[in-house]
Amino acid sequence: MAFLFFLSSGLFLGWTLGANDASNVFGSAVGSKLIRFKQAAIIASIFVILGAVLQGAGASHTLGELGSVDALGGAFTVALAAGISIFWMTRLKLPVSTSQAIVGAIIGWNFFTNNPTDYNSLTKIVTTWVMGPILGGIFAVLLFLLLRYILKKRKIHLIKLDGYIKYGLLIVGAFGSYSLGANNIANVVGVFIPSVPNFMLDFGLFVMSGTQLLFLAGGVSIAVGILTYSKRVMMTVGDSLMRLNAETALVTVLAHSLVLFIFSSQSLSDLFVKIGLPAIPLVPVSSSQVIVGAIIGIGILKGGRNIKFNLIGKIALGWVVTPIIAGLIAFFTLFIMSNVFNIKVSENATQFVKNEKVYEEGTTIISDPSTKIIQPNDTLIDLPKTFDIYKPFLISIVILLTIIIIYLLYTIDKLKERDKIEEHQESIEKYNSQQKLLMNELKIINAENSKLEKEIEAREKEQKKIALNIIRKNEILSDLKSNIENLKSKDEDTLKYSDLNNLKVVIIESLNIDKERKTFEKYIKDINNNFYKNLELKYPNLTENEKKLCSLLRLKLSSKEIASILNITPKSVEVNRYRLRKKINFKKDESLTKELRKL
Amino acid sequence: MNNIFKKSKSVALSIDGFFDKVDLGILNFKKGASNYVNGNKNEFDQNLKTLNLLEKEADTIQRKIENDFYLHSLMPNYSSDILNLLETIDDIMDMSNDVLNQFDIETPHIPELVKKDFLELISLTAKSVDNAVPAARIFFTSPDEVKDKIQKVLFYNREANALSNNLKRKIFQEFDTLKLSEKIHLRYFALHIEQVSDVAKRIAHLLSSLVIKINM
Repeated sequence: MAFLFFLSSGLFLGWTLGANDASNVFGSAVGSKLIRFKQAAIIASIFVILGAVLQGAGASHTLGELGSVDALGGAFTVALAAGISIFWMTRLKLPVSTSQAIVGAIIGWNFFTNNPTDYNSLTKIVTTWVMGPILGGIFAVLLFLLLRYILKKRKIHLIKLDGYIKYGLLIVGAFGSYSLGANNIANVVGVFIPSVPNFMLDFGLFVMSGTQLLFLAGGVSIAVGILTYSKRVMMTVGDSLMRLNAETALVTVLAHSLVLFIFSSQSLSDLFVKIGLPAIPLVPVSSSQVIVGAIIGIGILKGGRNIKFNLIGKIALGWVVTPIIAGLIAFFTLFIMSNVFNIKVSENATQFVKNEKVYEEGTTIISDPSTKIIQPNDTLIDLPKTFDIYKPFLISIVILLTIIIIYLLYTIDKLKERDKIEEHQESIEKYNSQQKLLMNELKIINAENSKLEKEIEAREKEQKKIALNIIRKNEILSDLKSNIENLKSKDEDTLKYSDLNNLKVVIIESLNIDKERKTFEKYIKDINNNFYKNLELKYPNLTENEKKLCSLLRLKLSSKEIASILNITPKSVEVNRYRLRKKINFKKDESLTKELRKL
Repeated sequence: MNNIFKKSKSVALSIDGFFDKVDLGILNFKKGASNYVNGNKNEFDQNLKTLNLLEKEADTIQRKIENDFYLHSLMPNYSSDILNLLETIDDIMDMSNDVLNQFDIETPHIPELVKKDFLELISLTAKSVDNAVPAARIFFTSPDEVKDKIQKVLFYNREANALSNNLKRKIFQEFDTLKLSEKIHLRYFALHIEQVSDVAKRIAHLLSSLVIKINM
């Protein structure tokens, strides 16, 4: 329990590393929405853990060479000091990296505990820090030239290329996360390695050493940082170094991943030694600085545009300032821990064993040599205690799987239910919108109908007006007739000029009577065009006069009015109407006008 | 993974299909306008009908591409520029169609003496847009080669503008027999034909800025 408590500072460092450095791998892709955050976070978390557990030992070993923090309290304080210096320097907007902070803190511990600092290791570490960004830049340039050559040769359609790059970014991101876990896990839990209890857990299928479990815990803490906080960093600082397009992002992330991989791969280093080359120093390097190096490399290749050269100065400043500040903070924190809280920060009597392998050929046991501590009087190396936890592990796996299956079943059921509800809601919305559409159409049709009705009404009024006009003129004519009769009966002597003039005026007024009647008939015919067509279709035997009578009856004109228009007597109208009823077989109780209006 | 590859492939095909429609549209515009000037009414009607149809089809494809871009967040850094480019290319179709429709509706009288100039203006305009579409097409596969094509677009656009100005000057200064209303009518048609080539110039500028952005 005490170990877990002291480990908390390291796990906090892991959390900050995950939250900040995941943006170096997926920042450009997520920030520019090429990849969804959820997808990126899951891939990054899985591969960071894998990298930490499978390949994290190499870089941790080098940190151990620099200074083996042999007491748990010391390891806790060193990690805490590194964390405080990162927090403080970030607040002051100074360039900071976890790798440089932890190295500074270890040197601070060396000074505090009077342990000698291995200057060979320190030189190796500082050289790697300088080499990291330079190598990042070189790799980026080479990869960029290669990619450009391939694209020029293949002439891939930009849209298709976009698809390839999306998946390229996912694959390269997975590799980058693996390398980040492998290289930077040393920063997170490296100082705790000498304090790890010496035991092995046998899971049946594989065996894990205490160190590997420590790496697993560190990897999980990085993954938690990625899942919980890296989105904000990706969205805000993803592009702060330089606005990258998709191809450049792919190249820089790949270059960064390669550099981190090279500085953490024991097998690659062994291969180098095998072919007669010097061994690769396995050192934790700053992921951000490698990315900056890669971006600057591409910037130089493109003619020096958009390069923030002050970043180079800031990086160089970080190499010096960060370790010094972290060292000072570690020194004072260790002083407070040991003198105020009485926490043991160092085992003075212990000695670190270097370069000794406890690997057993043919087994999967991986034991890190840095974990071995020998006491002064011991002559033999203690073999770690092995706990057979195959059965509990198997049971845990079965329980875990059962829980996952139940959860999945529950989730699928819920999803189905949600889909059903959504489908139902969608159909309701569809129905409502269709109903609204229909209502709108109905409204439009009703409006059109009322408009048409009003138009018909206006036309009917106009027709009546013309008819009444004709009637009035007929009345004038009959008045004129009686006036002439009166004049006839008068003596020639009494006949006045004014009488004749009056007659002339009346005659001029009624001169247009025929013309107006013809206009009226034409008008009636024009507007009743459809009516005539329907009438002919229904009653094909009707004469022209009967059709004319029908059109006038349709206007609801009285017999007297019709008589006046047609210039016949009302009696003739009655007779014609009777004949019409008979011709079209109309019963007595049926209204002829109503029937005609329906047409 | 398969899905996004399929979608990318289908969008790439849609873009090619869109360019094919625009290419055909330009040919129909050139033929149609020339047929009108030469007095071939039946052929003109046929060209107008075809252009109408092509314009509608191009619109549909353009809307589908736009939809796919947003739905599958394709090329998020350049999507707005690319969609703007396609929209401007579609403007060529719209404007060509409008010009032919105006010929059809307003039936301007083109005097014999300016027929040759009108035909030349139509040809230069068609050449400028004819070079703009391949430039846009090649942008999607070899952005570096766009520059060569753009030069041709700008050259033909300048030529079309100069000819249009000469034509307008000729109409107003050399034709005393024409009424002012007829002169204004003819100027209006010269202007509209010229404006189609201005869209080609806009496409050229958009392409230049896109190439710079992509190479950044």
